[in-house]
Amino acid sequence: MTIDPEMAEIVKVFFQESREGLDAMESGLLGLGATADTENINTIFRAAHSIKGGSATFGFAEVAAFTHGVETLLDEMRNGVRPVTSEAVQTLLQACDCLREMIAATEAEQPLDQGRIAALNSDILHILGERPNETPTPAAGAPRSAAGAPQRAAAAGPAAGVPPAAAEQSTGWRIVFEPVAELLRLRNEPTRMFAELERLGTIAARADVSRLPALDALDPESCYLSWTLEVSGQIPRPKLDEIFDWVDSHCRLEFTPTGRSAAAPAAAVQAAPQALAPSAAPSPEAKVASPANAERGPAAANVPVQKAAAESGSIRVATEKVDGIINLVGELLITQSMLSGFADGIDPDDLDRLRQGLSQLARNTRELQESVMQIRMLPISFAFNRFPRIVHDLSRKLGKKVELKLTGEGTELDKTVLEKISDPLVHLVRNALDHGLEIPDRRLATGKQETGTLELAAFHEGGNIIIEVRDDGAGLNKVKILQKARERGLVAADQELTDEQIDNLIFMPGFSTADQISDVSGRGVGMDVVRRNINDLGGHVQISSKEGLGSTIRIRLPLTLAILDGQLVRVGKEIYIISLLAIVETIQVPRERVNKLVGRTEVFRLREEYLPVVKLCDQFGVEPDSRSAEDGLLVVVEADGKRAGVLVDDLLAQQQVVIKSLESNFKSVSGIAGATILGDGTVALIIDVPGLIRSVINSGGAISAHAA
Amino acid sequence: MSTAKAAAGADRSGTDSSEQYLTFMLAGEEYGVDILRVQEIKGWDKVTRIPHTPDYVLGVINLRGAVVPILDLRRRFGLETIEFGPTTVVIVVRVMSARGERTVGVVVDAVSEVYNVDADDTKPPPDVCGSVDTVFVKALATIEEKMLILLDIDRLIGNSIVDETVPAGAAA
Repeated sequence: MTIDPEMAEIVKVFFQESREGLDAMESGLLGLGATADTENINTIFRAAHSIKGGSATFGFAEVAAFTHGVETLLDEMRNGVRPVTSEAVQTLLQACDCLREMIAATEAEQPLDQGRIAALNSDILHILGERPNETPTPAAGAPRSAAGAPQRAAAAGPAAGVPPAAAEQSTGWRIVFEPVAELLRLRNEPTRMFAELERLGTIAARADVSRLPALDALDPESCYLSWTLEVSGQIPRPKLDEIFDWVDSHCRLEFTPTGRSAAAPAAAVQAAPQALAPSAAPSPEAKVASPANAERGPAAANVPVQKAAAESGSIRVATEKVDGIINLVGELLITQSMLSGFADGIDPDDLDRLRQGLSQLARNTRELQESVMQIRMLPISFAFNRFPRIVHDLSRKLGKKVELKLTGEGTELDKTVLEKISDPLVHLVRNALDHGLEIPDRRLATGKQETGTLELAAFHEGGNIIIEVRDDGAGLNKVKILQKARERGLVAADQELTDEQIDNLIFMPGFSTADQISDVSGRGVGMDVVRRNINDLGGHVQISSKEGLGSTIRIRLPLTLAILDGQLVRVGKEIYIISLLAIVETIQVPRERVNKLVGRTEVFRLREEYLPVVKLCDQFGVEPDSRSAEDGLLVVVEADGKRAGVLVDDLLAQQQVVIKSLESNFKSVSGIAGATILGDGTVALIIDVPGLIRSVINSGGAISAHAA
Repeated sequence: MSTAKAAAGADRSGTDSSEQYLTFMLAGEEYGVDILRVQEIKGWDKVTRIPHTPDYVLGVINLRGAVVPILDLRRRFGLETIEFGPTTVVIVVRVMSARGERTVGVVVDAVSEVYNVDADDTKPPPDVCGSVDTVFVKALATIEEKMLILLDIDRLIGNSIVDETVPAGAAA
C-alpha cells in the first residue's frame, strides 16, 4: 500500500494521538475506584473510541477489532451494566499495554504479537461472557473475524449494537455545539453533521449568530455560528458521539438528555429541563422531521464533552525547530553583548541614545530568550504520569499496599532534563517500593498504617528544580549499610562516618543491601547510575533517612541545560566562567589563614571550616598574575555538598551565557563543562565545578575537607 | 584562498574515476584532502586554549556560533614549528568520527591548488613516506611531476584526535 506524504503525516498524528489516548486510558483506569466514576469512565471510553475509529479509518483493522472488544467492556461499565471489578481493570490495563505494542508494531510495519492479542481478547470476551443480566453477548466476539471490515461500518455497527437495554430512557437530546472559528478551515462541514443527526431523529436547531461580525470584517472561511440542537427520538449516546467524533477537539460540545419517556418530538423540545439556553442571541429556528429509532440513552448523563485543559492549551512543536530558535536567540545575546562593549568608546553625544537603545535591546533579547526557553519547558507531570501504573503493578507484585501521592506536577523544566531524569526517577521509585516500604503485616506490627505512602514532589527552589521521592517505609538500615560497605572495602574498618555519610554510601558503585536479588531491584547497579545520570545533568542527589520512619531522596536539577548564569573570572590572560549557582562567596584571604597540608594541598580556613584551595593556574596550566592565595581572589564553590576555594586573579562581569558543547566538534575535557561565546566573539570555557572539586579531593588523598 | 576557490570552479569537470583534492603546503611538502570535506578556508585568528589536551590542539574558535577545535598539523606530524605568517591559513574540514561528523580546523603553512586526481594516477603509500605516519596517508599521486600526499583525514583527525579516550571523571 502506498501512502502519499500528506496521508503519512496524518497517520503519524494518529499514532501520536493514540499513544496519548492510551496514556489517558491508563491513568483513567488507575483512577477507577470501586465505584464507577462516570466522568472518568467516559474519558477512558472516548480514548478507546477514538483509537478504534482512527485505526479503522487508516486500515489498521486488527487494532480496530481489538479496541472494539475493549470499548464494549468499557461501554458496559459506563452504562452501569457491569460493575468495575479489579479483575476487569487489570485486564483493561493489559489491553492498554497490548494496544501500545500493536500501535508501535503497526507504525514500524512489523508483525503483531498474535498470541498475546488472542489471549487478551479471550480474557475480555470471558469477562463479557459473565454478563450479569439478560443482554446477550454482543458481537464483540466478532472483532477477530471482522478484521478487515471497513472502518465506518465497524464504528457504526457495533457502537449501536453494544449498549444493552438500560433502565432509563430519554427521548431526546439537547446538544450545545460551539465550534471554534477554524472549524471550516479544518474541512469539517457542520451541515453534513446535522444531516446525519436528522437521520436519527427530529431536529430543532437554533443558531447563535451573536459572534457574527459586520460584513466587511467577515472572513468567509471562519465559523462564527454556534448551535443549540434539540434532537428528539430515542437515540443512544454513542450514535451522537460518533457524529461529533471528528470535531470534538475543535468545539465545545454538551449533551443533555431531555424528556424521560417516549413523547412527541415537539413535547421533547418544550420539556427540555435544564435551561442552558444560549443567551439572548437571535435564534432563527429550523425544524426538520424524520422518523426516530427506538433506543435508549444513558440516564443521569449530563456529560459535557471537554478535553483536558492541558491538551487544548498546548502545541506540538518539533524539537529541532525549537532548538533552531534557541540557537538564534543565543546569537542575538552575543550581538547584544558585543554592542554593549562597543558603546564604551564612542562620541559622548550619541552615547545616551545608544545606551538607551542598548538597554531596550537587552530587555527585548532577554524577554525573547525567556519566552523561547519556555517552549522547551514541560511540566514534570510528563515524567510523573507513568508512576501510577508502575506503582500499581509493582505493589501488586510485591504484595504491598501503597498510596502514591504526586505533588507539584505542574512544575516545569527543560525537555532534555525531563527526558533524562525519567529513568533515574523510575529507579528510585522501584527502590522505594522494594526496599523502603514494608509489607502490610510488618507495617501493622510496627504500629503504622497498613498502606504505605510514596510521595513524589517537585518544586522550584532558587534557580533549581527539586524533586523529592519520599516514602514512609523502614528507612535505611545504617548498621547493615556500614557493615556491607566495610565488607566490600568501600569504607575503611576504622573510619567513622556520620549518619548522612552512611546513607549516601548507597550511591557507591556496586552497593546493594538487599539480601535477595529480585527482579525489581537489588543487583547493586543502579543507585550509582542514578547519581551519575543526575550529575551529568548538572544536578545532585542526596538521601536522608530515619530508621523506621522512611527515607527522602532529594534531587536538585538545573532548570535548563542551554543557558547558565555565569561569573567571568580571569586567570592570567585567560577567561573562564564559573556557574553562579555553584558560587557561595568570593573572598580575599590573608596569608596567615592559608596552610599547607602534607605535600602540596593548600587549605584555608573559612569560619569553622578548612577548605582546599584549587589553583586554576596549575589545574589548567595558565601563567597567572600570582600563585599565592593572598594576592588573588578565592571563589568559594560548592558541589555535591563539598566546598573548595578556586584561586583566580580577578572577577570580571556576571552574565548569562549560552552553553555550547565542546563535544559536538571535539571531546569532553576534564575540568571543563562546556564553552560559550563572549561578546567579543571569542570562546570562553565553562568550569566543571563538581569535576574540579572531585579531582582536588581525590588527589588530596584521605584529607577531609572538614575541620575536625 | 581565492585562488583555491577559483580553481575549484574551473576544475569541476572531473570524470567518475577522478576526485578533486585541495592541496596545501606543510614544511615544503604538498598534501591533499578530499575537496568535498573542505568547508571553508580562513585566516589564522586567536584561539582559546583548552587545558588537558595534546600540544597539537591549539584551542577552539567561534565559527559562526559553533565551537570548533583548531589543530596544528605541523605539531601533529611532529614537524618543526614555525611562526604563523601571512600565508598561514586554517582549513576547516568535516571529518567522520566514531561519534559522528565533526567540524575541525587545521592550521597549514599555505593553501596551494585544486587538482583532479585520477584513481589511475595514485599509488598506495610505501611504508616510509616522508615524515608522516603512513596510516594517515590514503595514497600518493603524481601530478605535473609533483608528488602529492593524499591524506585520510578521518583517520588523521576523526579517530585519532577527536575521540581519544577521555580520562575518567571528565566533564559531562
